Amino acid sequence: MADNKREKLSGMFREFLDQESVVDQPTSLAAYECDGLSAYRQLPLLVVLPETIKQVQQVVTLCHEHSIPIVSRGAGTSLSGGALPHQDGIVLSLAKMNRILNIDQLSRTAVVEPGVRNLAVSEAVQHLGLYYAPDPSSQIACSIGGNVAENAGGVHCLKYGLTVHNILGVKLILPNGELVILDQQSLQSQGYDLLALIIGSEGMLGVVVEVTLKLLPIPECARVVMGIFDDVEKAGNSVADIIAKGIIPAGIELMDNPAIRAAEDFVKAGYPTEAEAILICELDGTEEEVEAQITRVEAVMKAAGADETRLARDEAERLLFWSGRKAAFPAVGRISPDYYCIDGTIPRKTLGVVLNEIRRLSEEYKLPVANVFHAGDGNLHPLILYDANNEGELEKTEELGSKILQLCIAQGGTITGEHGVGVEKIGEMCVQFSELERNQFHAIRDSFDSNGIMNPGKGIPTLARCAEFNSMHVHHGELPFPELERF
Amino acid sequence: MAIKIVERDLHEEFQAKIREAAAKAEALKIVGGGSKAFYGNATEGEALEVSGHSGVIDYDPAELVITLRAGCKLKDVKALLAEHGQMFGFEPPGFSDEATIGGVIACGLSGPRRAFSGAVRDFILGVKILDGRGDVLNFGGRVIKNVAGFDLSRLMVGAMGTLGVLLEVSLRVIPEFETETTLGFVHESAEEHIQWINELGGRPLPLSASMWYKGQSLIRLSGSERGVNSAVAKLGGEPGENVWDQLKEQSHAFFSDISSKNNGHLMRIALPPTTHFQLNQDQLIEWGGAQRWLHGDSELEVLRGRASHFHGNLCVFRGSSESKPTFQLPSDAVLTLHRSLKSKFDPARIFNRGRLYPGL
Ligand SMILES: Cc1cc2nc3c(=O)[nH]c(=O)nc-3n(C[C@H](O)[C@H](O)[C@H](O)COP(=O)(O)OP(=O)(O)OC[C@H]3O[C@@H](n4cnc5c(N)ncnc54)[C@H](O)[C@@H]3O)c2cc1C
Repeated sequence: MADNKREKLSGMFREFLDQESVVDQPTSLAAYECDGLSAYRQLPLLVVLPETIKQVQQVVTLCHEHSIPIVSRGAGTSLSGGALPHQDGIVLSLAKMNRILNIDQLSRTAVVEPGVRNLAVSEAVQHLGLYYAPDPSSQIACSIGGNVAENAGGVHCLKYGLTVHNILGVKLILPNGELVILDQQSLQSQGYDLLALIIGSEGMLGVVVEVTLKLLPIPECARVVMGIFDDVEKAGNSVADIIAKGIIPAGIELMDNPAIRAAEDFVKAGYPTEAEAILICELDGTEEEVEAQITRVEAVMKAAGADETRLARDEAERLLFWSGRKAAFPAVGRISPDYYCIDGTIPRKTLGVVLNEIRRLSEEYKLPVANVFHAGDGNLHPLILYDANNEGELEKTEELGSKILQLCIAQGGTITGEHGVGVEKIGEMCVQFSELERNQFHAIRDSFDSNGIMNPGKGIPTLARCAEFNSMHVHHGELPFPELERF
Repeated sequence: MAIKIVERDLHEEFQAKIREAAAKAEALKIVGGGSKAFYGNATEGEALEVSGHSGVIDYDPAELVITLRAGCKLKDVKALLAEHGQMFGFEPPGFSDEATIGGVIACGLSGPRRAFSGAVRDFILGVKILDGRGDVLNFGGRVIKNVAGFDLSRLMVGAMGTLGVLLEVSLRVIPEFETETTLGFVHESAEEHIQWINELGGRPLPLSASMWYKGQSLIRLSGSERGVNSAVAKLGGEPGENVWDQLKEQSHAFFSDISSKNNGHLMRIALPPTTHFQLNQDQLIEWGGAQRWLHGDSELEVLRGRASHFHGNLCVFRGSSESKPTFQLPSDAVLTLHRSLKSKFDPARIFNRGRLYPGL
């Protein structure tokens, strides 16, 4: 049955796409069966790889006419199952649309196709003294189209913003095949901010086929200071103290002891393996500015109880300090057969409470948790270590993850700071949003996609889904963490 | 002296009025402080006065986030932030002491800092609204990063109150700068200024505002004492007049001239900053070239055509009329999306009819 449908469909797509731009052999389809959240897998009917805007338009129009689900895919690094295929649908890969179309030095903008890798942009404009600020840890692999769809962040977004702050425009193919241009290149656009609505919409409102990016001048000077603490809470508090002093670091990341040890074993970044926590704080600006701020940051860290602060002596050591942080996920991958990354965000002032509660939950579930995260933004990334080969351990892990997310909501935070809802956090959406709010999300989606063909089943839970989630997670009508004040 | 902001929750009152209006499909005109009543097309219906809905819901300076009832006066909130050495990064114009936070969000206007540190939409984190059915909806939140659900908070910015009544907003705030200074330079033509200021924009300098008028360029530098001093040393120039508040509030001579000369008509052309856009009349340029102000309203349609050709738009900022609507219409596909979104928030079409686009 599926084979029949597959054959018929590939015939239709091959009318306007090359032979090799339509993938229909199960062995080749396997490469697309999951994204960065590999616990979820599904083969699509087909994968198509258009090379031009016109071809994307043809693909979408055809799917619209036949109500075929479309899952857009950039590099497939999503950590929320956003690019997980649909069993009755196609994967629309933007991988072949990977050209940088224009770089304008004077206006500091770049126009790129959606399949361009994030890091490739900064590399292409470096000789002009410019760079593209959002720098997700996956930046060597992830695509700009995927960044737009997820509103990706990075270690520098406290100071330089998320994807939404650094995109000046997109060309979008609507779910009915129509092309629209949404932009704010003029800095004062009119009407509803549809550009912002598209950013972070997880491939549900259309296919991004071209992106205009804002480029920034590379700061004259960047220095990193590492604060070493014997207590995670002290480290967490010192983040708030630094910001309260009016200093906005370019990046400020926290790693706890399990994460420090894993990273140090892996890349030898010079981290103190006996410390309970380290803060990696980068300051940038002019030489004079940075020098002044470094002194203040060191003082604040010491006052907050740091045992020691270490200033990277030179550029090589600065990069070394960062290397451990940047390699933290794979480093944790080395010490555990599997790990599961959680993405909740909380007000910074609740860092201490939340980290303690996570530790308690980790003990309760007997699953180790390593913490490495964007402390300046309050964006946590607890990594739950588990072994999928152990019967039931993935389920236990997911349950612990869900508890952590609900803890974040209870503290006035959110279930996802940058990785998106995808398939993964769809249940927790029922906790964060009321039925009326969820209905509004569905209604917005209808405005764009009346057939519901764009990434169906992701992002927004149905009523039935929430009923199921609540029956599993709400005991005796009580929400989790009743003792905590609700946001 | 500590700032005191009145605490008053009127949302139930609004809710009742909205439900009544929705049941009869009668128009409501949302009125805040009235400071930006001139901005946008004429609208109809009974006034829904929202400025009384006021109060600080949450403000912890170390979080860099403030949550307010939308009726709070901008002036008071700015004073409160200043008490803690903080401010709004988008430098919102008030146009009167009565301006409310809700109006700031709904009109989506940003000040001189726009091109350098962002617009209103870049600082909004979350909203609580009453939709056209009178339902309370929360979107976004109070944390700096949040990608759960569609970004409906930013959708409220610049929507001119057509999607709902803003009850509460959470905004990101920034620390005040240690110091600010203004430098002046001579540039005969607009083109020269635009070339120069955009070249500066490509260098790591603490720029925070720019303007050009009658052959003179002014720039503002903001940052730490040492950072600003070193930039001044690099740039040269003459000490310049601190015109930024006058520009923001439109009390600068360029703007006050208008009312006398041109029946109060003022046009704003928004363009990608480096666009070459030949004009044969007096203009004042801000935002590195992205915002260009013109007196009068002549050749409106021609200018609108040219602006949209360059991915820009022309707004009849002051003095719009039925034949000269404030905003330029978007493409048909985009307008269709507007209508559809409007119908999802306000099915009976009660809020601020036509204020943004005719028929919306
Ligand atoms: C090791 C690791 C570290 C990471 N670190 C970070 C981090 O620091 N910050 C961060 O934000 N994320 C991070 N991520 C998550 C991920 O890299 C980002 O979400 C990224 O933006 C996804 O890009 P992608 O090209 O891989 O998209 P995909 O995974 O292919 O797709 C992601 C979503 O975008 C949609 N999509 C993709 N392209 C388009 C398009 N052209 N038009 C419409 N929709 C589209 C898909 O349908 C899907 O819903 C990390 C992931 C990994 C594996």
